[in-house]
Amino acid sequence: MIESIRFWAIVVLVVAGLFFTFVSAVGVIRLPDIYARAHTASQTDTLGAGLALAAVAIALGWQHATVYTVLLLFFVFITNPTAAHAIARSAAETGIEPVTGDSSPEEDPDEEGETS
Amino acid sequence: MIPAGISIEEIFLLAAALFVVLAIMMFYRAVAGPTTQDRLLAVNVLGTNTVVILALLAAGLGEPWFLDVALIYALLNFLMAVAISKFTVERGGVL
Repeated sequence: MIESIRFWAIVVLVVAGLFFTFVSAVGVIRLPDIYARAHTASQTDTLGAGLALAAVAIALGWQHATVYTVLLLFFVFITNPTAAHAIARSAAETGIEPVTGDSSPEEDPDEEGETS
Repeated sequence: MIPAGISIEEIFLLAAALFVVLAIMMFYRAVAGPTTQDRLLAVNVLGTNTVVILALLAAGLGEPWFLDVALIYALLNFLMAVAISKFTVERGGVL
């Protein structure tokens, strides 16, 4: 009984981690500019990696390697949004303008000065 | 009930293979990204995927020392992202 619960908990966590990592991959490829990509990468990649590492921690059980896995989960959970913040801030300080919805520069470059 | 013929190790190896496919999808943005920060973000996400793949292989193959490699890899990945972010800014203030 307890083995069955453990098995299905591992399956659900691995599938959820795969789903959120897939959302992250689609977002990084499809979204329009660096700020939206940094948002989706930090948000869903933290969740995907966290759920997959939680599945590994459940599968390993009580031993030394589980401590390493929980430390790795905590470290990824802290550093991944920090790295995305640093990347987005360096994009802002090197002068990359965010894409806003009201005027895209490819379609009407004349109105860019008015709407910004 | 646990379905017959499927073990936890096989689930972890299959998930590691799917994570490899998702990591290869990131190469599109790393190659075609218009700015340096796009490439840096794609390489950062790819490094996180590599850490997860190493952890899944540690559970799937039953070799826990892969987790040591994953821990060092996550640390170097974070250091790479912050360092390149600092070097692309003029006066080096990103955090």
